Amino acid sequence: MAKRTPLFDRHVAAGARIVEFGGFDMPVWYSSLVDEHRCVRQAVGLFDVSHMGEIRVRGPGALAALEWLVSNTVTDMAHGQARYALLCNDRGGVVDDLIVYRVSDDDFLVCVNASNREKDFAWFTANNPRTDATITDEGDLWGQIAIQGPASELVLASLTPSDLGTIAYYHHAPGTVAGIPGCIIARTGYTGSPGFEVFVPADQASALWDALMKAGEPHGIKPIGLGARDTLRMEARMPLYGHELSDDISPTMAKLTRVCKFEKPGSFLGAAAILARKEAGTDTKVLAGALIDGKRVVRDGTRVLKDGVDVGWVTSGTRSPILEKGICMLYVEAGLDAPGTVLQFDLRGSLETGTVVSGAFVKKSAA
Amino acid sequence: MSVPTTLRYTAHDEWVRQEGDLLVIGITHFAQDALGDIVHVELPEVGDTFAAGAAVAEVESTKATAEIYTPVSGEIVEINEALDGSEELVNTDPYAGGWMFKIRPSDSAGLDSLMDPAAYATKIGA
Repeated sequence: MAKRTPLFDRHVAAGARIVEFGGFDMPVWYSSLVDEHRCVRQAVGLFDVSHMGEIRVRGPGALAALEWLVSNTVTDMAHGQARYALLCNDRGGVVDDLIVYRVSDDDFLVCVNASNREKDFAWFTANNPRTDATITDEGDLWGQIAIQGPASELVLASLTPSDLGTIAYYHHAPGTVAGIPGCIIARTGYTGSPGFEVFVPADQASALWDALMKAGEPHGIKPIGLGARDTLRMEARMPLYGHELSDDISPTMAKLTRVCKFEKPGSFLGAAAILARKEAGTDTKVLAGALIDGKRVVRDGTRVLKDGVDVGWVTSGTRSPILEKGICMLYVEAGLDAPGTVLQFDLRGSLETGTVVSGAFVKKSAA
Repeated sequence: MSVPTTLRYTAHDEWVRQEGDLLVIGITHFAQDALGDIVHVELPEVGDTFAAGAAVAEVESTKATAEIYTPVSGEIVEINEALDGSEELVNTDPYAGGWMFKIRPSDSAGLDSLMDPAAYATKIGA
């Protein structure tokens, strides 16, 4: 049976359609995915992301352990900073993508994908190079609520004495929210709209949810399901593990080598395999984004052609609720990822055309 | 979730209404509710012919694509043009304004397999 987050009862009470995702029974939408999506872009929305995993790395060797385990640098992170990084396997593929939150010199919270919680914890434990770094699975200790959208800061600020203005993008601070101590307030998110993610002790998650819903009422806050979370991240062109990233896809293909610091002292686990694949030139495909010309929707798995030749596949696709056009992310032969390239998409035998574009489909606006 | 008593139903959650010698076909409330917000309906062309069980149309929601099958062989005689631009009718009015196509059956094979409202209500747990 799928697990439930501490907020499951809230979702059922709100009339959510429940689906299994990453081993959890989660709300996919409450009433309308499109309305929820637009609510985040235009006002503010609340997401239960308690299914995400949290791994704690602590101790005198924590920093050195993380430098080996993750692809990005950790040493130069300030206390209260957050950083996106990859876990890489010995085949040049990706175990997961994650965010490292530096709490103090020797204390880090790592947020990982729900579907990879057990895999990542086992990976961290098996590959921990330091006996003086303690790795703990804190996934069940934390609830996590994302508040995203242009009004998110106003709503959150009304419930906390913390000065949110001092928390920059990809930074975080400990704080009390809605009278609940022991929260971590992070200016991070997965929507392409401004907002925060709040880590809250699991047994207080419902209280925080209720307080945020109430405080957000004047701003038209809605609970947002995983369906809109997916379409929002697609518009922002953020990768999702299992789609744009996998154990077989290399960071080179995913155009994520900017978060792979090959040259850092001691390099990192999996770096040699990524470089070897790059050297061998076997990864001919790269990640791209395309706008679809017609009204049909291309989705994960759709074949991509150029002049009748198979050149790739779609990893994520939907109809953008903001652009009201089909959008997708895809792997294509290098060179065909140049903006303006026209590609064909095989939708059950009939071809739709699309055009490669660079950058986010919907650009981030200021709060 | 109420199931209209004047219609018959397929195992794929289409509804079928007899209209003279034509059949009008759409998707049920249960089906639209499972798909979520409909953003496009790909309809056949008038004059197209299909064999019983063939995929005739496609319904796209933000989350998934569903194929719509014809329970009988026949020729498409009318399509719901309003769905081009007002796709949400499938969500808001699935049994009336959200109809998809009318087909003139070339024979009656396939009609026997349709469910009556009680059987369909049982199928969807209504």
